[in-house]
Amino acid sequence: MSAAGMKTISLDDIEALAVGAWILGTGGGGSPYLGLLNLRRLYAEGHRAQMISPLDLADDDWVAVVSNMGAPLVGQERLADSRSIARAVRMQEEINGITFRAVMSVEIGGGNGMQALMAAAHLNIPVVDADCMGRAFPEAQMTSVAIGDLKPYPCTLYDPRGIEAVVTKVPSWKWMERASRKICVEMGSIASTSKAPRTGREVKDWGIHFTTTKAIAIGRAVEAANRSHQDPIAAILDCEGGQRLFSGKIVDVERRTTEGFLRGSAVVEGSDDDRGTRLKLSFQNEWIVAWRDGEAIAMSPDLICVLDSVNGHGIGTETARYGQRVTVIALPAPAVLTSPRGLEFVGPRAFGYDLDFRSLFATPGAP
Amino acid sequence: MKRIGIDVGGTNTDAVLIADDHVVHSVKAATTADVTSGILAALKALRENPAAAAPVDAVVIGTTHFINAVVQRRHLQKIGAIRIGMPASASLPPFCDWPGDLAALVSGETFMLEGGHDYDGRPFMPLDIGGLKAAARAIKAKGLRAVAVASSFSPLDPSCEIAAREILAEICPDVAVTLSHDLGRIGLLERENAALLNAALHDLAVTTVAAFRKAIAESGIDAPLFLTQNDGTVMQAEIATAFPVMSFASGATNSMRGAAYLSGLDDAMVVDVGGTTSDIGQLRHGFPREANTVVEVGGVRTLFRMPDLLSIGLGGGSHVEQDPVRVGPLSVGYRLTSDALVFGGDRLTATDIAVAVGLIDIGDRSRVAHLPKSLIDAALADAHRKLEGDIDRMKTEAGDVPLLAVGGGAFLVPERLAGISTIVRVDHGDCANAVGAAIAQVSGEADQVFRDLTRDEAIAAARAIAEERAMQAGADRDTLKTVDVEDMPIAYLPGNALRVRVRVAGAIAEPTIGAAA
Repeated sequence: MSAAGMKTISLDDIEALAVGAWILGTGGGGSPYLGLLNLRRLYAEGHRAQMISPLDLADDDWVAVVSNMGAPLVGQERLADSRSIARAVRMQEEINGITFRAVMSVEIGGGNGMQALMAAAHLNIPVVDADCMGRAFPEAQMTSVAIGDLKPYPCTLYDPRGIEAVVTKVPSWKWMERASRKICVEMGSIASTSKAPRTGREVKDWGIHFTTTKAIAIGRAVEAANRSHQDPIAAILDCEGGQRLFSGKIVDVERRTTEGFLRGSAVVEGSDDDRGTRLKLSFQNEWIVAWRDGEAIAMSPDLICVLDSVNGHGIGTETARYGQRVTVIALPAPAVLTSPRGLEFVGPRAFGYDLDFRSLFATPGAP
Repeated sequence: MKRIGIDVGGTNTDAVLIADDHVVHSVKAATTADVTSGILAALKALRENPAAAAPVDAVVIGTTHFINAVVQRRHLQKIGAIRIGMPASASLPPFCDWPGDLAALVSGETFMLEGGHDYDGRPFMPLDIGGLKAAARAIKAKGLRAVAVASSFSPLDPSCEIAAREILAEICPDVAVTLSHDLGRIGLLERENAALLNAALHDLAVTTVAAFRKAIAESGIDAPLFLTQNDGTVMQAEIATAFPVMSFASGATNSMRGAAYLSGLDDAMVVDVGGTTSDIGQLRHGFPREANTVVEVGGVRTLFRMPDLLSIGLGGGSHVEQDPVRVGPLSVGYRLTSDALVFGGDRLTATDIAVAVGLIDIGDRSRVAHLPKSLIDAALADAHRKLEGDIDRMKTEAGDVPLLAVGGGAFLVPERLAGISTIVRVDHGDCANAVGAAIAQVSGEADQVFRDLTRDEAIAAARAIAEERAMQAGADRDTLKTVDVEDMPIAYLPGNALRVRVRVAGAIAEPTIGAAA
């Protein structure tokens, strides 16, 4: 593999990624801010993150799939650290006797969009321009690699006080979610994880491709529009072929936690063309279903993004509050998520809604 | 109860005497570079009025002196920073998100040690006592005179920070120590930033408060001194010396509190229309609703208790454009009295429109007699539309609420607005800041994570902590009222974890003497 297929990610790209990843987080995934600070520091120290196309991987290359697991609130006191994520990757190498060619993010949405870059810059190996969700989802089995029925183990979990754990074997991805979540809670409800290693072949077949590039492009479009006083939301829709669903003001937010997840709903009262109607948004960490006057008009796995109407930045399910002026848009889901097996993992029924998935987009988004 | 309130603004220093629930007298003096001679001048002018010469129970000062020091990078000292919580968070040390110039000015030496807690109160790592002692010796050797200490999850369990203070007191007793849990909320970087800024202001706080005391003594007043805080409540001068950052945003808060007092309304929207901007906020239980977000001070992210304000480019001095008709956001600002048409200038402003239509009577009305009615109507409609939209944006409840219109440009607020039940205009609106200072109360806050409690139990537990803190700060227990309650379930934590924030406030306890902190 020559270095010709590699692209150095600039600090400008990373600043844009922080904006784009938050939008693709569809309300969850935690803030990318601390990841951005880590990358600024790594870059100041001379580290650089290189990016490789998934198509340029050799079939027998090994790729580390990384994520920071846990409660965003705990992440505000135990701050994201490139050393921790790098250690979780090294643990996989030690356990499996392999050497990683590259790292990849489990989800491009939210703070985890930055973790893979932190690991890549720290370990001096490239990041793959791909992930396993194309957005953010709340549970470990909600990934393209689970849909692909790839092996779910081993998973390494690292806690900086010196606790290292490995889930060596589980019968299913759902069991991996349960077992690793329990360990994560014992570690203080935050852990750096490296999921089951993937081969280059598997990434080519089942990874969701070019999502880092996509997140950077969205971030750049938003910031360019803001600088030139254009509509940042129109810029996102142009960039991604999305649809504007609704504009208005949040008039109610209801939250509760069940089984560790933040569930609830937000109600947006329409303004301008939507005056006189309401949009209700149900969420489980991420925005899952949008209901207009009782009818489900958009649903997972299509991306429902709630954006600040003025600057186009994402609004999280934890930060939504009464009075915010928002525009709700939908972006097309990656094709693998809308396949029949994909919908079993991330369709509306996976979140407890008795709805048949109907996409807003005639042709599903590019894989 | 007689109190003097003083507001030290950028242009004017206002002083007001309030006795038995009414404004006895108010004066304005020019703010001076040294601040204190302006205060002295204002106090002298106030006391010249025989009705305001009687003994008073307290003097309360609202000042932007400390926040200005940070913004202008003046009078800051080099400090030691101690972070407890290693080996977590190692890649983001203290000052990591500060503007470079400010960090270079303030950062003396940084120490990162093991210790801290988990979200559920378990110790994260054993506290590195040896490391703390070595840090204390290094701080002493380097001659640093102020230190900030931040430990992970210290709002839940401050014991590591307290242990650090004890060790510092033993080894370098003359060093002033700021503990982050005294300032803050959950969010290590932001809470630590507040502690670092506070430590950097220590010497300035000592000299400033001493100068305030001197000015008061020189004007013949013998009464305890208080400073107003960001949230519209007061702290004793001794506490202000230890926590100067708590005064950062008191100006806007005092204005809203003063407006509430003067109108008798505790729950209302407030719009303060100035020359260049309008500030829109909401009063709840007589206090401004707070921003629950990160607030940047001089480029540093913090989580101070700041009022949630929306500032829009609309004021008495706003330019009026004619094609299409638009008011603001540009403004003639302080040049209003030379540039506006009614004052002989050639710039059409919102004030000219108001004079033309008879809303106010200032300047030379004949100079705006030629303005077409269609232009006047369209300009007023534009201003009203902006105010209506943005006031609605800041409302946090459905239904009609009253609106308090204060400030020199309040004439731009129409008599009717959608979503507003009544528009209330108050007398003495020009000294609302000083009134807000004079009437300020004492508060206490708790922000913690509770587990395995019902929502009501968790809120009651948080309230008890907040009340205890308010009494420590000098509040009278019998007058404490809950100002703000907020609860938020937390994702991915076991035990139905609930984060609860409660704030209470009450009258200054009698007698008001007694040194704390």
